[in-house]
Amino acid sequence: MASKKNININLKVWRQKNAKAAGSMESYKLDNVSTDSSFLEMMDQLNEQLVAEKKEPIAFDHDCREGICGMCSMYINGRAHGPDTGITTCQLHMRMFNDGDTIFVEPWRSKAFPVIKDLVVDRSAFDRIQQAGGFVSVNTSGNTIDANTIPVPKADADKAFEAAACIGCGACVATCKNGSAMLFVGAKVSQYALLPQGKVEATERVLNMVRQMDEEGFGNCTNTGACEIECPKGISLENIARMNREYLKASLIK
Amino acid sequence: MAKSALLKSSLAKKYWMALTGLFLCLFLAGHLAGNLQLIFGDALQFNKYALFMTTNPAVKLLSYLTYISIIFHAIDGIMLAIQNKKARPVAYAMNNPSGNSSFASRNMAVLGTVILVFIATHMVNFWAKMHFSQMPLQKTTIEFQGMKNDFYITTDGGYVPVNDPAYVIKNKTEIYDANVNLKIKDAYKDLHKITFDFFRDAKWGLPFTIFYVLSMIVLAFHLLHGFQSAFQSLGINNKFTPAIKLFGKLFAIIVPLLFAIIPLYIHFTK
Repeated sequence: MASKKNININLKVWRQKNAKAAGSMESYKLDNVSTDSSFLEMMDQLNEQLVAEKKEPIAFDHDCREGICGMCSMYINGRAHGPDTGITTCQLHMRMFNDGDTIFVEPWRSKAFPVIKDLVVDRSAFDRIQQAGGFVSVNTSGNTIDANTIPVPKADADKAFEAAACIGCGACVATCKNGSAMLFVGAKVSQYALLPQGKVEATERVLNMVRQMDEEGFGNCTNTGACEIECPKGISLENIARMNREYLKASLIK
Repeated sequence: MAKSALLKSSLAKKYWMALTGLFLCLFLAGHLAGNLQLIFGDALQFNKYALFMTTNPAVKLLSYLTYISIIFHAIDGIMLAIQNKKARPVAYAMNNPSGNSSFASRNMAVLGTVILVFIATHMVNFWAKMHFSQMPLQKTTIEFQGMKNDFYITTDGGYVPVNDPAYVIKNKTEIYDANVNLKIKDAYKDLHKITFDFFRDAKWGLPFTIFYVLSMIVLAFHLLHGFQSAFQSLGINNKFTPAIKLFGKLFAIIVPLLFAIIPLYIHFTK
């Protein structure tokens, strides 16, 4: 970690005008970056510099900047969300870097996540997987019963909660050598499969979500475990195993 | 839908990959147990075993399952590798995967290809010879009244003199009475001699020994990831997983190591 308060860094950032244009890595120099700033604040600082130079600022996704929305992406120095674990890019701080470092910043790379501009990718494939079955059909007639009236074993509730912690950021896809979305789909399948409310539609859900995942062009899981390591929410590989079980069961009975 | 899902979907490919892989692990254990007789048994014991393995109907069934598993595992693996490559059309300019995954897990396709080449070579040198070509038959030298004579050992435990015009060899292993043209006994194919000659060959013995040892190192890496990975693919990730992982590691080290010792033993004890 850097000992100096302010550092000077070199950046190599992917620039791409639009979805159809060919992109390339561009080099930038940024001085006086506070090691207390977050990675996104550093990007803001770079953009201010670019605007002052009358250049096009770098487009990148961000929203809550507190690690819960899943918007910020960026493949930094060959790692999803940069060189730290259990964090999103907004939670990555410049104290992780040293004076004079060259930092590579790239968008998520996946056929199913096409680049829209610079570092912004289209993650709507995740939405379509979710829409294919990642929900519980509830009759909203006005007399819907409270979820807590159905008893749930604490251990199951905890596991479902851990799966539901997925923020759909796509780091699993970005980091997987196969561009596989199975940690995401595994988490979404698990969070319902573990609960009595979700069991009713479990068979249809897993078949439909996996079918949609395959249609989107994501790769296949080879159990490298990279997704689990890079996931900012620590979603476990157990969820992929649960999806595999659910899918096997569903395809045998359906 | 479900029927096609069990053949075509991404998950189904993984199930088949896991099932064929685990079956091939069983095959490895059996093959190793048989091959260790090259070190711990004599020639006759090994040739008897080889005869049993090529004629027993239950073993035949298992061997066909093994061929199918190898072919399916390879084809399925290649298809998965191609799909996975397509899922990332633009590569990262900077990628640092060693921080989140093991070397073996990221290179299963490459390791598997090397193993496939090894299997092809291995089958040409031993399996094909055993099945299709005229093999030497097992002989033994018996000394009687100061005279040394060569005899074929027959499957019923008897002896037939070599180079005796009263007997002829037909259909590779059948010993016929030359006068009445009747089959009287069966001899053993000498796979033991073929194997020892192969690794003790003056020119090719050393290169093949090295090739076999290197292939076993590759197999070890393939198993190191593959064994435990098969259970995850089949949805088994529970309290037994640490034990499965440990067993997988031991299996991945011990089985290839013992396999590698066989050519080394044969080559360096000539």
